[in-house]
Amino acid sequence: MEKESKLRDHATLAHAFNKDEQRVDWHDKTLWMVRQKRDKAAWQIPEWEDLRKAASSIKNNVLSNLYNYLIEFENRAQANGVILHWAETPEEHNQIVLSIIKKHNTSNIVKSKSMLTEECHLNDYLEKNGISVIDTDLGERIVQLANEPPSHIVLPCIHWKKEEIGELFHTHLGTPKGNSDHQFLTNAARVHLREKFLTSKIAITGVNFAVAETGEIVVCTNEGNADLGVQLADVHIACMGIEKIIPKRKDLAIFLRLLARSATGQPITTYSSHFNVPRKDQEMHIILVDNGRSKRLASDDFRSALKCIRCGACFNTCPVYRRSGGHSYHTAVAGPIGSILSPAWNIKDNADLPFASTLCGSCSNVCPVKIDIHDQLYKWRQVITKSGHVSKPKTAAIKIMSFVLSNPTLFKVAGWVGRKTMKIFPSLISNRLNPWFTQREMPSPPEFSFTEWYQKNKNHGQS
Amino acid sequence: MKIGLFIPCYVNQFYPEVAIATLQILKKLELDVDYPVNQTCCGQPMANSGFEHLTTGCNELFIENFHKYDYIVSPSGSCVLHVKEHIKANGLEMESESIQKKIYELTEFLTDIIKIEKINSTFPFKVGLHQSCHGQRGLKISQMTELVAPDFSKTEKLLKMVEGIDLISLSRKDECCGFGGTFCVTEEAVSAKMGKDRVADHVSHGADYITGNDMSCLMHLEGILKRDKSNVKIIHIAQILNAGMNGERI
Repeated sequence: MEKESKLRDHATLAHAFNKDEQRVDWHDKTLWMVRQKRDKAAWQIPEWEDLRKAASSIKNNVLSNLYNYLIEFENRAQANGVILHWAETPEEHNQIVLSIIKKHNTSNIVKSKSMLTEECHLNDYLEKNGISVIDTDLGERIVQLANEPPSHIVLPCIHWKKEEIGELFHTHLGTPKGNSDHQFLTNAARVHLREKFLTSKIAITGVNFAVAETGEIVVCTNEGNADLGVQLADVHIACMGIEKIIPKRKDLAIFLRLLARSATGQPITTYSSHFNVPRKDQEMHIILVDNGRSKRLASDDFRSALKCIRCGACFNTCPVYRRSGGHSYHTAVAGPIGSILSPAWNIKDNADLPFASTLCGSCSNVCPVKIDIHDQLYKWRQVITKSGHVSKPKTAAIKIMSFVLSNPTLFKVAGWVGRKTMKIFPSLISNRLNPWFTQREMPSPPEFSFTEWYQKNKNHGQS
Repeated sequence: MKIGLFIPCYVNQFYPEVAIATLQILKKLELDVDYPVNQTCCGQPMANSGFEHLTTGCNELFIENFHKYDYIVSPSGSCVLHVKEHIKANGLEMESESIQKKIYELTEFLTDIIKIEKINSTFPFKVGLHQSCHGQRGLKISQMTELVAPDFSKTEKLLKMVEGIDLISLSRKDECCGFGGTFCVTEEAVSAKMGKDRVADHVSHGADYITGNDMSCLMHLEGILKRDKSNVKIIHIAQILNAGMNGERI
């Protein structure tokens, strides 16, 4: 599905999503509720804005000293008995995972949520090599059964209604047809996943925070699926982007307070699991992935996107995301943050995404690490246009606009002609070819422009 | 104090009454206000579409028209924000910088510079306030709901001085209307849906009028209201502040 949608752009996919208006309303309200929960949780912390500032400063410090922190982390983790791998590209990352799997000669693999593995398309890669991985996060398992990518980084199946999940489980897990009771369905998933956990040999997890000082990694889940997977498996593979480093364990006091409140409005995730030393006879691997991050680190305009802690608050507040759905972004990370991350990975395929925004700025103001998301959307637009990833008709139209608006006489004439045309031949403007007119009336053209009025009324204003 | 009145290009062409109301408010406050007739546009439509490099002509024209004033005032948060953040021209760095410091959106000018405490206007209707994002989140004309911070609104403060006005409350007091410049046509489906949802919030809370600091948002909402054949009207805040100042509305 994802590959297919890459051929289309956000506007086209969003248009398709909007054909079912009731569903759009439902999607919008569901996510707005999450935004409201976030607001409520934030307002319970009087020092909320100070927490955001502190988190932002810590992340800025990390980005300024990333090399040193990574070396410190590597030394500590290795001293703890962890096997560390470095991957420059998604391919390298996927090959490392495959080589570990092959070494242990197993096909029983469970994975808890990891946006990094989504970014690297690990599941697809392993599938092509004849290995299937079971996603154990309930939402991720649902989209996996439906053969879809997640539509949200924190709420992967937020676009699914429980009745549809009932149908999906009926098909794949044999639950009774028509049963959409959420407790019943959750239990069915639990029974189904329990068997996978008990037989797994390898557990793959993501990483929320990697502490340089101790070499430990922290994984936050609500379902405890990361813990269950890791504790039952012989091998733990943790996959992380190099920006996940924080200097000290005490910094978690800031990030753990911000993460779940920003994400879902919970004070903290049910599980904040620290993985430090492998169990006796267990192998623990950490793969550190670059995938364009060090290149982004060199960019003054786009560096701060690396501060992201993947809370998804910018998704929930985004009025465009709520009304276009995660799949309209056709990337592993959707929403506002995805629209500033994705062009760096592939500018050609993702040239549409920075334009999928009104630049309202709500995203930047919910961001717990204060990323200037909407300013970066604006800056990406400039980069995309300058590098030629823009349609010829759009370029031509903007060039004409620029020419007219740079010349006061031409502007007056064009304005006059435009208003008269709208008055005398309204159908030349108000027709099916004008996207404005599809669902909106055009403004009624007045007899005179303000400039014309001003020049005629010498006593201007004292009417 | 010499004021240059900056009227956005589309307001000039489609909503002259908003520009007239703005001019009259400033005149009635006995301010020395001038309208440079050779002005066109701030360049935002090009820049937000990714063509900032094609705004040189607009920028130079803007600087030429406005650099000599002590203050530049405009009835648009969006255009003012664009000038504040993005105007630049080679060899005119000092002029650009000075313009960025002395340009004000109308309500912030009335509140922060003139510090008016009383408005002689009457508007006996139920009014919903649409907070345009660039004015609100960009110029900080009012507090945004995302922040854990004390509430304030320069626009509301002014509206509350108007006699007879009944400001309604909304379910989502600062959600974007979906206009977004060229977004309104390039992302027509989402833009129109966002607009319909904003309109519905105002209508369901009993608004007779939807007002705001930016005519672009209001033009978009007006298009939806008219398509619905709704009786609810849009009105720029300048028109409300000017209403009844000398007996009647423009």
